[in-house]
Amino acid sequence: MSAHADTPDAVHLIVGEEELLVERAVRGTLDAARKADPQADLTRVRVTDLTVPELAELVSPSLFAEGRVVALEAAQEIGKEIADAVVAYAKAPADGVTLVVVHTGGGRSKVAKDLPGALRKAGARVTECPKITKAADREAFVRNEIRSAGGGKADPEAVAALIEAVGSDLRELAAAASQLVADTDGKVDAAAVHRYHRGRAEVTGFVVAEKAVMGDRAGALEALRWAIQLGVPHVLVADALADAVRTVARVSAVGRGDPNRLAGELGMPPWKIRKAQGQTRGWDDRGLAAAMTVVADLNADVKGVAADSGYALERAVLKIVAAHGRR
Amino acid sequence: MVNRGVWGDVVGQPEAVAVLSAAAEAAASIVAGGSPAPGAMTHAWLFTGPPGSGRSGAARAFAAALECIAVDDRPGCGSCAGCHTALAGTHADVRVVSPEGLSISVGEMRALVQVSARRPTSGRWQVVIITDADRLTEGAANALLKAVEEPPERTVFLLCAPSDHPDDVSVTIRSRCRIVSLATPRVAAIASALEYDGVAPEVASWAASVCGGHVGRARRLATDEQVRARREAVLRIPLALRRPADIFTCADQLVSAAEGDALTANEGRDLAEREALETAMGGGGTGKGTAAVTRGAKGALKDLEKRQKSRTTRTQRDSLDQALVDLAAFYRDVLVTASGAPAVLNHPDRAEDARAAASSWTPESTLRRLEAVLNCRTALERNVKPRIAVEAMLTTLQRG
Repeated sequence: MSAHADTPDAVHLIVGEEELLVERAVRGTLDAARKADPQADLTRVRVTDLTVPELAELVSPSLFAEGRVVALEAAQEIGKEIADAVVAYAKAPADGVTLVVVHTGGGRSKVAKDLPGALRKAGARVTECPKITKAADREAFVRNEIRSAGGGKADPEAVAALIEAVGSDLRELAAAASQLVADTDGKVDAAAVHRYHRGRAEVTGFVVAEKAVMGDRAGALEALRWAIQLGVPHVLVADALADAVRTVARVSAVGRGDPNRLAGELGMPPWKIRKAQGQTRGWDDRGLAAAMTVVADLNADVKGVAADSGYALERAVLKIVAAHGRR
Repeated sequence: MVNRGVWGDVVGQPEAVAVLSAAAEAAASIVAGGSPAPGAMTHAWLFTGPPGSGRSGAARAFAAALECIAVDDRPGCGSCAGCHTALAGTHADVRVVSPEGLSISVGEMRALVQVSARRPTSGRWQVVIITDADRLTEGAANALLKAVEEPPERTVFLLCAPSDHPDDVSVTIRSRCRIVSLATPRVAAIASALEYDGVAPEVASWAASVCGGHVGRARRLATDEQVRARREAVLRIPLALRRPADIFTCADQLVSAAEGDALTANEGRDLAEREALETAMGGGGTGKGTAAVTRGAKGALKDLEKRQKSRTTRTQRDSLDQALVDLAAFYRDVLVTASGAPAVLNHPDRAEDARAAASSWTPESTLRRLEAVLNCRTALERNVKPRIAVEAMLTTLQRG
């Protein structure tokens, strides 16, 4: 047991907001502690419920030196006294006790913000669990899940299909991935995903708008039906359509040019301009003028002028696609 | 300066003034204990007329005449304490409801109905003026109905509503009121009213000629440099729309000007109101129990924010609407010029532009443009996002 005193695992800092990953890191620490001592148990405390003496009691080695894992949760709300006690402990950790500090990385007070840095300096092991926001990261996560569940190498198409069908929640993705591996004996491909999952979990107004201004009639209508089915507010879809049409109109009005240079002039981010430049194909002034009128009317329609705003949306999408094709 | 009495502010409305002053005389004789001819004085009045014809001004003048305490003169002397306080809005028996937000709520009306049931403190008349009766919600109109139908003795309701939407005041209310319709005042009448207020004659006649019969607008044009500049900018738009890119610059200019108006009009006030409310609810206090008090204040603050937002939206919409009215008038001028009719132009100072436009546009395309402006006004009323509505309008204006 005494060998544990100097291992960096004595204090474990978990920084980030992705709940599933944080939870897994805590579990991982507990498992590691159990390897050393199968009797080790986990105590979870919110730092706001904690006093300095209580902390001291939690992290002091017990008489029979059982293994123990103490998780301090919501450390971003930590007060000065506790923070000092935690840092002091991290510098001189006790035998057989693992202290896990869960911190979002944010925090209001200075003490709370400085805690991760102080613990790092004190030699704590650090696990980063940032929120996964990029599509590529999410795909990598799913691939990793499939692999760790014992599946083979998943093809990109299957990963994309799974994310489209399940949504962006990591817990659900992880569960779906392991279920798929179990059901297919590890061969996860697009056909397998489609066999078990149908439909789309998330469609935003932007998806509808993008397809509509590209002139993809079937795709836009399908996305719109999904969006309505999923309960995306009609007003948001209408706004997204209006925004897409006016962005294309604005970008096509200034003509081709370097997006980075145009960004200041148009007051839009360069990526938006670059995308809109790709979408201007197939649009002419007359078509854009018609589409602008359509989205303006639609805006009134979804705010109570039309008897059925779902119908109004569908009609507007059809009109925009028609305006796109007209030459 | 001659004293014109309370009716001096009612510009160019001789017929309405005749009716109202007769009623005021009858009212005075009721107060004195006499019994004038039945129907000479009525307990509910509805003032209708185009925007800017001075509906609320007329209502105020009538209220002043009712409260006039000069006995030897015809009511409405304009100089006694009664007239003076009524016109200044400080008379104890004259209550003015003037919505700053988008509508008048039922709660407001219920409170008003209670107040209207009191006897006048001065012993003359309890007067209730509702300046935008078209903004009464259905529930509010119903709450008011009973009081308008059988008002207590000595209580008078004066409602004002723009006449291009007479239906905006529900029929149940309308049918219980005596209607005073105001006409668009003549240019000469507006000019002389402005001159009476001390505006230089040439400015007064210019302002009167371009205001479209809106007295308040004429006054602002005559006195506020910024309003004049705004009008110039708006009227430059029709001929400035050459390339598609101009649509977005002009739209941005129109919308941000309106947003700027709303901001400057309300910003300081919003903050002051918020602070006052916070203080009233125990904000900024120290010691035991202050935290609990401020928690309770959250709801009230949210209410205030809602009211303020409604007010900002209204200011923004009104400002944009003014610009659209000016634009519509310009396209009308173009049509008039193209047809060679001798009608008076709405913007005589822009006759040159109108001629240029008339020679290059077909009447059909001008009409389409005029239609687009009017559609945009409707769209704004229906809560369409200003930027989307204005851009769609300008697209039509550019293409014709």
